[in-house]
Amino acid sequence: MQKIRIGVFICHCGSNIASAVDVVDVVEYSKGLPYVIHAETNLYTCSPEGLRSIKNSIEQYHLNRVVVASCTPRTHEALFRDTCEEAGVNRYLFEFVNIREHCSWVHLHRKEAATAKANELVRMGVAKVSLLEPQDCMMVPIHPSSLIIGGGISGMTAALNLANQGFEVHLVEQETELGGLLKGLNRLLPTNEDAQEFLDSVVKKVKNHRRIKTHLPAKVSQVSGYVGNFEVGIQEGNNETQYQIGTIIVATGAQVFQPNRGDFGYAKMANVITQLELEERFRQGTETGQNVVMINCVGARIPERFYCSTFCCSTAIKNGILIKEQNPAAKVHILYRELMAYGIEYENAYQKALQLGVRFIRYNLENPPQIVGNGRATAVKVYDELFGQEMEIPLDLVVLTTPLVSYAENSLTSRILKVPLTEDGFFLEAHLKLRPTEFATEGIYVCGTARWPSSVGDCVAQAYAASAKAAILMRKGFAAVEPITAFVNEAICAGCGNCSLVCPFDAVAVQLQKGRRIAVVTPAKCKGCGSCAAVCPSGAMQQKGFTDQQMIAMLDAITEGD
Amino acid sequence: MTSTEYEPRFVVFCCNWCSYAGADLAGVSRLQLPANLRVIRVMCSSRVKPEWIIKALRSGLDGVLILGCHPGECHYQEGNYYTRRRVAILKKFLEYLGIEPQRVKLNWVSASEGAKFAELVSEMTNELRELGPNLLFAREAREREQEPIK
Repeated sequence: MQKIRIGVFICHCGSNIASAVDVVDVVEYSKGLPYVIHAETNLYTCSPEGLRSIKNSIEQYHLNRVVVASCTPRTHEALFRDTCEEAGVNRYLFEFVNIREHCSWVHLHRKEAATAKANELVRMGVAKVSLLEPQDCMMVPIHPSSLIIGGGISGMTAALNLANQGFEVHLVEQETELGGLLKGLNRLLPTNEDAQEFLDSVVKKVKNHRRIKTHLPAKVSQVSGYVGNFEVGIQEGNNETQYQIGTIIVATGAQVFQPNRGDFGYAKMANVITQLELEERFRQGTETGQNVVMINCVGARIPERFYCSTFCCSTAIKNGILIKEQNPAAKVHILYRELMAYGIEYENAYQKALQLGVRFIRYNLENPPQIVGNGRATAVKVYDELFGQEMEIPLDLVVLTTPLVSYAENSLTSRILKVPLTEDGFFLEAHLKLRPTEFATEGIYVCGTARWPSSVGDCVAQAYAASAKAAILMRKGFAAVEPITAFVNEAICAGCGNCSLVCPFDAVAVQLQKGRRIAVVTPAKCKGCGSCAAVCPSGAMQQKGFTDQQMIAMLDAITEGD
Repeated sequence: MTSTEYEPRFVVFCCNWCSYAGADLAGVSRLQLPANLRVIRVMCSSRVKPEWIIKALRSGLDGVLILGCHPGECHYQEGNYYTRRRVAILKKFLEYLGIEPQRVKLNWVSASEGAKFAELVSEMTNELRELGPNLLFAREAREREQEPIK
């Protein structure tokens, strides 16, 4: 066997790691670990220079194992594996040590403790990497079809993008019509186009597209399989049909928060409505009245719902402008807490509203506006935070600006797909910046307001991003599946069958071979949970990359330095 | 050294899909944690073999915390249910071995629960500090010393 030669690369991550961990100390420490031939620091190991340095070191020092101590394997493991492979080291002879999320960031002002811990984490990584074995990726074919859950603007945009590239699309919508939230809107920022005309044109394209099969009203009842080879059950009425699906896009949207009865007189006073109801009035051509007061952040950025819904301020600005354009004599006051009008178009809309005479008054949560009136709102009392004084504004109409909130059904969808939700019930992407429209599970993507409150423009952009990611996979036609599957040491397998009992995927079966009962793994079915290996009494069943020997070596390495 | 000053050290097994992401989030949120824990990533909490836990305690670690996805949210459908049963049985066996069962804990942390991860590891640190050094390890170390060298 080739002698083990390990290279250890310690990342500064700018100051993210280096400010809390003495990286030079970690390098010196690493050099003393068994089989470590070379150790160095990099300002950013993931940068082109860092990656080049890994490759050069592999060549110069004849390294055959690599340890990178930097951020999280959840975002950068594939990159470093690729680098190893390019330099001729098997991509699975690599171990990732997380000294940022799990060390420097959680021990910010304790350099000594953080450095000692980083040393120990590297020691564990080195112990594991020396026991790793080269593996081959398993290639699986990708079925060129996509399931899109949700027929709103995000789902439809993604569907059209994929169908136009020649992929078969199943679009599942739970309501009887396509369109989602857009069905209730009047005009769209920043172009001021008619929402229904825009929606109709998209719906028409979707309905007439020969590669898009629209299922409505329908639900996804079950999903099994893996990237490129999902088995999806779609339920329409009492019929459930199975489809073979390659990629899945979650575009289930969100709902507009309905204020509680009585909040600012809502549902008790006829002239207190929401922005969505105001847009309905615009579409009906109903008079909006001479004096309009809008109250922003109703149900948003409060202790029980902490987040900012990002575009509701712009909605208030948009509707304020519409009122002033229709009736320049009307008075429009927008009571806000902080004004979010991001991007140049929304900033321009804000400036336009100011020019048209829309008044903005800042209130705070300690002194919320009070509606005056009996049965009908007649005025609002508000403490102007900037002016430092309470004022009373007469009014004919109160419009409450409310945030988008997640659907309760998201939890069911998240369970069916095995993808995570945020604490607010929205879908949680793999990484906010590096993988914003993907889930950690390969082949499943997310876009639109299912992910986070977004404007129509942002939803469309995200839909293109998610569908482009799906298209890359389907165009390639195959995907590499991590070799983390179970395998059996036949010599010591007693054929007890514990493994096959706990396998959720029917990937292990006990077979009679040469008169002996032996567990046999079907790698294509194995998803790599390792449950079978945990119940094997003899240790015959193991998991690639997570063998008993490798894991115990890591445990031993923790206390070895004592 | 009194038991309150004792600095315990423990290992946290995190599943790749939920709790490892939760631990990452604790870092991204810059939640400050005790430096006593070492996270080891497994694909699923059900991979954690009871032998590993005993091995960890015998090698001088003071505790083992196993974190998985919430019930019903396991990426592998039912792995965390197996883990739950396995840990329950193991805790009974630990008493037989003379190890305080509180040294082994199981909990659920989702990818969005960075704060819960921080809370759990701080809680574990405090509880292990209360328990003091792992006596099984100390006893075995003593026995090793007394054993004549062959």
